Amino acid sequence: MTSDLRSLRGKVAIVGIGETTYYKHGRSPEPEFKLALMAILGAAEDAGIDPRKIDSFATYSNDRNDPSRLAAALGTRELRLSNMQWGGGGGGGAAAVGNAAAAIVTGQADIAVVYRALAQGQFQRFGRAAAGGTVSGDNALINPYGIFVPAQRYALKFMRYMHEHGIERGAMRAIAMASYHHAQSNPRAVMYGRPLTEEMYDTARWISEPYRLFDCCQENDGAAALILVSAERAKDFKHKPAYVLAVAQGSDHRNAARSFNAPDFASSSFGPVAPHLWEMAKLGPGDVDVLQSYENFTGGVLMSMAEHGFFKPEEANEFLTLENLLAPSGKLPLNTSGGNLAECYMHGLELQIEAVRQIRGQSTAQVPDVQVAGVIAGPMVTPVSTMIVGSQETL
Amino acid sequence: MTYLPAGLPSPVTESDGLDLPYWQGTRQGVLKVQRCGACNTWQWGPEWLCHHCRSWDMRWVAVEGKGRIWTWTRCWHPVHSALRDRGPYIAVLVELPHAGNIRMLGNLLGDPHREVTIGAAVEAVFEPHDDAHAPYTLVQWRIA
Repeated sequence: MTSDLRSLRGKVAIVGIGETTYYKHGRSPEPEFKLALMAILGAAEDAGIDPRKIDSFATYSNDRNDPSRLAAALGTRELRLSNMQWGGGGGGGAAAVGNAAAAIVTGQADIAVVYRALAQGQFQRFGRAAAGGTVSGDNALINPYGIFVPAQRYALKFMRYMHEHGIERGAMRAIAMASYHHAQSNPRAVMYGRPLTEEMYDTARWISEPYRLFDCCQENDGAAALILVSAERAKDFKHKPAYVLAVAQGSDHRNAARSFNAPDFASSSFGPVAPHLWEMAKLGPGDVDVLQSYENFTGGVLMSMAEHGFFKPEEANEFLTLENLLAPSGKLPLNTSGGNLAECYMHGLELQIEAVRQIRGQSTAQVPDVQVAGVIAGPMVTPVSTMIVGSQETL
Repeated sequence: MTYLPAGLPSPVTESDGLDLPYWQGTRQGVLKVQRCGACNTWQWGPEWLCHHCRSWDMRWVAVEGKGRIWTWTRCWHPVHSALRDRGPYIAVLVELPHAGNIRMLGNLLGDPHREVTIGAAVEAVFEPHDDAHAPYTLVQWRIA
């Protein structure tokens, strides 16, 4: 058992959120570093604090925007935490919040910002391989066979999972359609005004079987940021605080074994991670009012939800219907801003922000009386991470 | 004739030499993987020590190129410039039951539109790339 001393529960609050305009990939008129600054300034304004008071920075996925440069640009009075989550790409989104929160609780940070910025026109895209050259190590066992990008690597996982558990396309379709449905009420969403029909989903071109186009996230440009402080000062800010109830990160046994030799390869990597989350939060899946679950691919969402205990794999086809996943009154409203599929692929940090909005009561697809909101960061990678935020009433 | 067109990245041995025996073996038409000299655990891909018993005595053992399809994907979207005009192709993750169920990736040779069945028996085919700057041989698979 984790003691209360060794727990984040209720000790840190998210008091500011900021986002730039979200763009299709390569369409940002601003360079990436400027996007990062804009999101951080937006979060400071939302919190109602002087941005020079932000003393700590945490990010993930080798974000290119170095905290020391950000601090110099912002006029930060004193730089304390400068933290990068190793590995896992978008799987680090909740971990970055956890790392910043841990620094606050242990006296290494006072006001922390968690941020992520992407301008894929300025840099390499995720969904396209660099041309030519040589590869070594694990890539030498994979790339020469035409397997490069996440859609292909994670198709291999979910194809096996579908085989083992009898997953049907209808379950994947419901996940995609929930995101697109919610994006239609969110003017920030890149897919706002572009609804998805069942026919469009079913007839879209294949990317890498079992994934068709709308099973795959967008690639976008933009930036997002959240400001964290200790719970004692949480009420000094403009908005209703969203308290961190739990964060867990990691992955299962030998997840990174080369050449796809992870023992539990057909998984989202949350097997041993999710129990830590529920234990710290002192809650279970049935307590979650609204869920944001990172869609790199629909199959990853399905496996994440199963590994968090929202349903058993054999119940996935029954649970994952569009009706169950829609705000305001579905059984478990999912990705209420439109998520990575239809709001913006801000590497999942937009999902953390949406969870805060749901606690505040400010979502464009608000679920009534939200006390507990879940956020599952990028699945199928290693390490992955996941978190729960709650209202004052949950403390 | 290779299954995928020229222009994809060429595999080279790691600078620390860890996987050298594998790539030397495929040039000679021999499939070599790691097996622990202390506890007999099979290991793939290669690592410096045995994940089961931490022995450094990792040996390279020739195994029969036979297995069964554990999972697969048919790739349609050309993610690399060399694949632009290729059309769909199939990647299979093959499990080797006679070598501790280790898995290795390859392409499934033949009609790229064929039905693929998880569990189907396959056998290895060595595909030399003699024209590469540093020649190498890939291990591919066909239905047995």
